Amino acid sequence: MFGLDFSFYNWDLVTKFLLKGLYFSLFLTVVATLGGIVFGTLLALMRLSGKKWLDLPAAIYVNGMRSIPLVMVILWFFLLVPIMIGRPIGPEYSAVITFIAFEAAYFSEIMRAGIQSIPRGQVFAGMAMGMSYKQNMTLVVLPQAFRNMLPVLLTQTIILFQDTSLVYAIGAYDLFKGFDIAGKNFGRPEEAYIMAAVVYFILCYSLSWMVKRLHKKIAIIR
Amino acid sequence: MRNWDWQVFFEDPGGNIPTYWQWMLSAWGWTLSVSVCGLVLALLVGSVIGTIRTLPDSPWLVRFGNAWVELFRNIPLLVQIFLWYHVVPKLFPVMAGLPPFVLVVFALGFFTSARIAEQLRSGIQALPRGQRYAGMAVGFTTVQYYRYVLLPMAYRIIIPPLTSESMNIFKNSSVAFAVSIPELIQFAMQAGEETSRVTEMYAAVTVLYIISAMVINRFMAWVEKKVRVPGFVVAGGTGGH
Repeated sequence: MFGLDFSFYNWDLVTKFLLKGLYFSLFLTVVATLGGIVFGTLLALMRLSGKKWLDLPAAIYVNGMRSIPLVMVILWFFLLVPIMIGRPIGPEYSAVITFIAFEAAYFSEIMRAGIQSIPRGQVFAGMAMGMSYKQNMTLVVLPQAFRNMLPVLLTQTIILFQDTSLVYAIGAYDLFKGFDIAGKNFGRPEEAYIMAAVVYFILCYSLSWMVKRLHKKIAIIR
Repeated sequence: MRNWDWQVFFEDPGGNIPTYWQWMLSAWGWTLSVSVCGLVLALLVGSVIGTIRTLPDSPWLVRFGNAWVELFRNIPLLVQIFLWYHVVPKLFPVMAGLPPFVLVVFALGFFTSARIAEQLRSGIQALPRGQRYAGMAVGFTTVQYYRYVLLPMAYRIIIPPLTSESMNIFKNSSVAFAVSIPELIQFAMQAGEETSRVTEMYAAVTVLYIISAMVINRFMAWVEKKVRVPGFVVAGGTGGH
């Protein structure tokens, strides 16, 4: 049908071209998620601090990041990071830094909503018991906020996994690049792109199915 | 860092366009037209898919709608654009004559249609069930109570997520650089390479993106105000990217 030929897919091709890319895509997703959550939480705390000099820079950073396309951010970091640290770096390192910085902006908005979803009364109760700001945040607010936000955080992670394919712009070797190169090497780019779509679909669909189940589980406990 | 050199925008890139700044404006035009055409397509398809996902007593239409949404939501946009650009014309010779612009509009439009369908579905389902029954009770057909009762309210509910979706499609149009659509990112990469004034090119393009995002945001706020139903308050939504 359609004159497609998938026969060139074999284990050798998978190990040679795809696994390296898959590892990088997954690594990038995990590192950017963890880094994004850490820096995103800090940004969210800055924005909710009620102090103008903390709130304003965080707001500018978050809204700035959110109004330019990810591809543009990837290109910017690839240009600027070597200038800042004074030596050239590979596209992979640049991609890791970019995604942490970019995702921090998105995760901070999620965390901000999560923190705001905790009733004010709990913060006041903590204060009444003599807890410091830090104790109140780490013992009362953040654990609940994380839990409330877990499905949204995970959904964002799936989007992030899809977005890692955009490192194509700077030539980093991710899963899609693996398919791209394999297809070009074997002179069968169409089949390679179809397989890429199938693999991404299976990965993302099963992940979002798991998130849905988790969401139901959490909803029952609460 | 080096000194800025904005004169570069008045240089001649060689070719049909006399200066770099005019080339950049034409690239902005490409970005805008790809986004707007994609958004129109996404609204049309997304409305149909979102509506059939809420129809009563038609399990197969609902399943089709769900499959559509899952399909277009779980494949990265870059891969979808490559599929439309490289694979679809090969598989369907009818599509082979289409210009790349149309193929990219299809890719962007269908990708976004899944998100709009999802929002419209949740918008319709957020309405009190009584509205549907009221429509039935006054003798409306299914088409009529969707047209006159459910959809007008549902669209108003989903204006906030639609706003972020229209800003998203605009940002997402940047992915079209990968298939040689002469839009802003493509311009930034090419012009930066030709002039080796990369920072200036990136800065100008970034400013254009920020301006466009602000314009879309203001426009949608105006639409929201224009169509507001008195006494009917809706909560805002958060979107992906």
